[in-house]
Amino acid sequence: MQFSSYAKGLVLAVSLAFVAGCSSSGGTQDGTMGGTSGSGAAGQGVGSGQVSGTGMNGGNGTTQASQQGIPSVRTIYFDFDRDTIRSEFESVLNAHAQYLRANPNARVVLEGHTDERGTREYNMGLGERRANSVQRFMNVQGVSPSQLEVVSYGEERPAVRGNNEDSYAQNRRVVFSY
Amino acid sequence: MKPLLNLWLAAVLVLFAAQAQANLTIEITRGSDRAVPIAIVPFAVEGGGSLPDDVAQVISDNLERSGQFDPLSRNSLIARPSSSGEVNYRDWRAVDADYLVVGQAREEGSNYRMQFELMDIYGQRRMIGEVVTSDRNELRSAAHYMSDQIFEAITGLRGAFSTRIAYVTSEGVGDDMRFALYIADADGRNSQEILSSDEPILSPAWSPDGTKLAYVSFETERPAIYIQDLATSQRVRATSFPGINGAPAWSPDGRRLAMSLSKDGQPEIYIMNIAERSFERMTNSSSIDTEPSWSPDGRSIVFTSDRSGGPQLFQLDVASKQVERLTFTGNYNARGRYSPDGDSLFLIHRGNNGYQVARQDLGSNRLTTLTDTRWDESPSVAPNGSMVIFATQQGNNGVLGAVSADGRAAFRLPAARGDVREPAWSPFLN
Repeated sequence: MQFSSYAKGLVLAVSLAFVAGCSSSGGTQDGTMGGTSGSGAAGQGVGSGQVSGTGMNGGNGTTQASQQGIPSVRTIYFDFDRDTIRSEFESVLNAHAQYLRANPNARVVLEGHTDERGTREYNMGLGERRANSVQRFMNVQGVSPSQLEVVSYGEERPAVRGNNEDSYAQNRRVVFSY
Repeated sequence: MKPLLNLWLAAVLVLFAAQAQANLTIEITRGSDRAVPIAIVPFAVEGGGSLPDDVAQVISDNLERSGQFDPLSRNSLIARPSSSGEVNYRDWRAVDADYLVVGQAREEGSNYRMQFELMDIYGQRRMIGEVVTSDRNELRSAAHYMSDQIFEAITGLRGAFSTRIAYVTSEGVGDDMRFALYIADADGRNSQEILSSDEPILSPAWSPDGTKLAYVSFETERPAIYIQDLATSQRVRATSFPGINGAPAWSPDGRRLAMSLSKDGQPEIYIMNIAERSFERMTNSSSIDTEPSWSPDGRSIVFTSDRSGGPQLFQLDVASKQVERLTFTGNYNARGRYSPDGDSLFLIHRGNNGYQVARQDLGSNRLTTLTDTRWDESPSVAPNGSMVIFATQQGNNGVLGAVSADGRAAFRLPAARGDVREPAWSPFLN
């Protein structure tokens, strides 16, 4: 979630790629244990995710990253109980696809979120479905699977609070977290 | 499996945040019409004065919260006896008390030696009496013990007042949030922080012996299941597969953990053998399969799946992996938990009034809604089956609620600030 720790990971990933002579050819393994970006996360000690103070994410147009050309719109929204990509957001996804194709070392976490209704672990599954839907779209657009990782937050990180449809609609989302 | 093993061995010590307090208060929201009237007289202290904690009041609050008792108010107590010998049964019949509790205490160094007695007013007899010695700082625990004895003597059901609850608090929104995992006494007092994080914490689950909690934490920015020993604070990361690592549930023998893992592409139910760190996949469908919970006999697991459309509860036979659908009322039934006798399920049911705690009788398959709140989640059953604790909303805040298993009595446990959710009722601890 936090930009700075991701940035560290990115630097690490890039330098590892150099050292390893770019061995990122594990295409077919991706999505199974082969794509264990979990091992990257495992390398960080427990709790290291808490070191940087302020959380930052997409939508903020003033970050250093966005100056490097990451599309500024980083959140798309979903209908209730749906994981289909609304046509109005296809241009957003295309812009990210274009950026990722042009920057094969760039990686993004697709964070899936739901509104607060229903049970938490089931919503974890629904959030994953939304992020998977975006992942499939990106793959079809020619983005390498190795650049994408899905993390579902379910209903755990609502963007706004409130038991009304307005709030729910803002919480049913997938965020591109670079 | 190798990295997992290494992670397992890398046990991490988590320090208790010494003074972190998030005590919950209790508001009774619905009293039962069948509650039994009982008089509880303040304990007499030898040499005068009063106890540092009002033991009689703690007992009274406990019994009232169970929904099965209606304690008389203090100003309607007709006399203040402190032992059975001083009781005039006719007096108490006059004020319609069915039962009477009296007690006396004597200070002995840093301890109090307390005697309590329970009388059956109509039977005109003393039912139980016991001497309890307690440190002056542990008087509430002693009162919970006495409540357990009184409850069992009258109802025949083991009391669950000496148990604890785990729960999660959160503050903030979006990327600026703070999460914490707490355990507290069943009455919401004596809370203790177990873990805090800027990343989500959810799904705490007590081991059957009450010594450990399994839970999901996103502290590495990815979900992982941890098992933490409550006495030593030592913990291990049990799983950190790609994708969802969620919904840990202990088998009744404490050796296995059922969970939901999405490493195969969608959430599936797995069983982990904790000692061997081996995993067995139990479901196989393209749907979301999650929220497993073991039957008391350990032979089956109830879980949530949307394989037939909306989420419904299914029962998995652990030996054969055969799956059978259990719920058919309405289009949203999730997060099932067995009653301790295995005869019914508590679950979240979506009806016309929102998401509510319901009970389904497994004999008749009849489903009954128990709550009148609209945003209920996470039902967790007391070890004696008498109450269900759950998360719900009060205004825009997450609070804990509890309802008696028959739906007749209910109370709320709001927090002073922030949201509270994900309650998990401990097993019997004594």
